[in-house]
Order: sequence, then structure tokens, then C-alpha cells
Amino acid sequence: MKPALKQIADPLVDKNPVAVHILGICSALAVTTSMSTALTMSVALTVVLVLAAGIISAIRAHVPSQIRIIVQLTIIATLVILADQLLQAFAYEMSQRLTVFVSLIATNCIVLGRTEAYAMRNPPLPSMLDGLGNGLGYSLVLMVVAAIRELFGAGSLFGVQVLATQAEGGWFVPLRLMLLAPSAFIIIGLLVWAMRVWRPRLAEPREFALRRPGKEARP
Amino acid sequence: MIDLFQRSIFEENLALSFFLGMCTFLAVSRQVKTAFGVGVSLIVVQGISVPLNHLLYANFLAPGALAWAGMGDLDLGFLRLITFLGIVAAMVQVLEMVLDRFAPALHAAMGIYLPLLAINCAIIGASLFMVERDYTLAESAVYGLGTGIGWALAITAFAAIRERLRYADIPRGLEGLGAAFIVAGIMSMGFSAFVGVGLP
Repeated sequence: MKPALKQIADPLVDKNPVAVHILGICSALAVTTSMSTALTMSVALTVVLVLAAGIISAIRAHVPSQIRIIVQLTIIATLVILADQLLQAFAYEMSQRLTVFVSLIATNCIVLGRTEAYAMRNPPLPSMLDGLGNGLGYSLVLMVVAAIRELFGAGSLFGVQVLATQAEGGWFVPLRLMLLAPSAFIIIGLLVWAMRVWRPRLAEPREFALRRPGKEARP
Repeated sequence: MIDLFQRSIFEENLALSFFLGMCTFLAVSRQVKTAFGVGVSLIVVQGISVPLNHLLYANFLAPGALAWAGMGDLDLGFLRLITFLGIVAAMVQVLEMVLDRFAPALHAAMGIYLPLLAINCAIIGASLFMVERDYTLAESAVYGLGTGIGWALAITAFAAIRERLRYADIPRGLEGLGAAFIVAGIMSMGFSAFVGVGLP
């Protein structure tokens, strides 16, 4: 695979920021009650991440290492404010539904994590590609979780009714739990499990082994 | 006021119903002792930073707040995110130095967690909620303290469950974070049972 392509493809599954590195969980859980909010959030995060990575890597040689975190934070926060203002100007209803979570992109660990770990050490173009890959990886998880929650919680996808609900004479009884907070945790938990069964080397090393009667301890 | 306090601890628990501060919540909940340390630090930071941010917002950033300087039609509200970030980061730094000077024992216990809290979304999130819901100064102080206590309560309980979970035989892929998420989900269900609890 070409290196540029690999940089985008890697964070989708094998180095997925949400499901493997467990970064940026806050928003991944909070905005996934419907697919449209999840999509808006994903686009906002990806744009902020790509631009922040590009800008930070362009000025990386001029930033003293003692103050690099605050410089990165300022750049990220500025971009986030811009994204928030744009949303308020052109998609006011959506920004009302996302409440504070657009602003909280600024404290999202994915953005600061990628700029600190990658963009500070690499030229602009690879940094932006890396940002794009991680943004897409984040979006992928968000869309999957949102699709499950919206489909089973309201019987719709992107607001379009897919399963006829009982209230409208259909057969489907919406699972209200899917729209509440607990289901988000449980779906991500199951997603992490599925990923680790699919790619066993992603599993965490055991803190200590279990001893089974009559058997040696497992490694 | 008591109602707000109670609600910010249980019903609107930042960690379990708004998912704020999740990174820290999952990362430092392996042991009850460290979880408790982070929780107490968060109560302190939250209790100071939310009212502080309120003062700053109400006097400088809110629409029309600069009327005393002759700039009544100015609205600096869009600057709140960057201001709050700066305030919290600076406050954490100052708090660390003050503790180091006057309470070294407390500093030794809390010191390592304080920098971690500087960009915790629970803290920024609570300040942003405070602006969005138009709390007064007294309300924001109560809200800051309440959310801090609620978060600390959640992480301590969560760490205690995770400590126990280590002795359980869970499927290989579910070990660690997978199980942690599901436990958090079940805890969140438990906390949502507090909805509607109110003082008469």
C-alpha cells in the first residue's frame, strides 16, 4: 500500500482512535443519539483536526517546547470557535442540538493527542493526512454507534423512518433505552469487544493470569 | 438551591449522563486510591473554576457586559471557550504552586493529578453549561461543587467495581476496557434511577 493511503487507512481499524486508543470518548457517546448530529460532529472534528495538524506542523520549528501545549491549545480553540460560529450561523438548529459538545472538541483528546504526537514532529502534508485518517476513524465509530442507536431507538436513519413504529400503525416498538445514556456505554463496550475478537492482538495484556484448577496458569 | 445541588450530583451526573471527563474517568480508575485522589482534586478545581469563570463571563464577555467601559453593544461571548481554557489551565498551575507551598502533604497526594485536570472536559463542560443555563454566581458555585462531587462519587464507585472485576473470568476480548464500558453503562442506569428524587 502507498504510504499516504496507509496513513489514512490505518486509523480506520487497526489504530482507531476511539475503539483502540480510547480517545475522544466524551463526544463519541454524547452526540450519537441520531445520525445527523453524529455526522455534523464528525465533520466538525475532522475539519478542525486536519487544519490544526496542518497549522501546528507548519509552525512547529518556531515553537519553544516549554510552551508548546498552550500554543497548540490556542490554535485548536480558535479553530473550534470558528467551527462553532459557522454552525450557529448556517445550521442554528443543529448547533442547538449539539449544545456544548462542539466547543468540547477543543478538549477532545484526539485533537491534542494527534497534534502533540504527530504534527509536532512531521511536515505539514503527512500531518494533515494523519489528521484526516484519525478524523475518519472517529467518524466511522460515531456513525456505527449512531446508526444502531437511532435505528433501534426511533426506527429511523437520518430522520427517515425505516421501521414502521407501533405509534403509526406499524410493528416496531422503539426501545427508549437506546436513546438514553446507558446504551451508549454498552454499545461502545460491545464494539470494543467485537474489534478485539476480530483483531486479537489489540486485546490488552492481562494484569495477571487466572489460575484454573488442574491446569497451569494461562499466559 | 439544594435542589440544584442534589440534581448536579445525581441526576445530571457529568460523567454518567453527559459523558464528560471520560478519558480521565477510564484512564485513572484502576485503583480506588488514585481514583479518589483525582476525584478530590476535581472537586477543588471545579468548585473554584466554575464561579471564577462565571465572574469573568458576567463582567467581561456577556453581551452588554462592557457597558461600564462605554462599549455596551459589544458581545464577546464567542471568546468564552478560549478564556475558560486559559483560566482553568492557569488556575491549575497556581493551585499547584499554592498547595506545594502551604500544604505539601496535600500536594504530594493531589499534585500528579492536577495537571491532568487542566484539559479535562468535565471542567470546561461545566463552565460552558453554566453559561448556557444562565446561572447566577451563587448557583454556579453550587453547581461547580455539586458536579465535582458527583464526578468524584462516580469515579470512586467505578474504580471499586473495576478492582473487583479483576477477579472475574471475563471473555478474552472483553477484558479491560470493554468490560469497563459496560460497567459504566450499568452504573449510568443506576444513576438515572435518581431522576425525580427531590426534596419536598
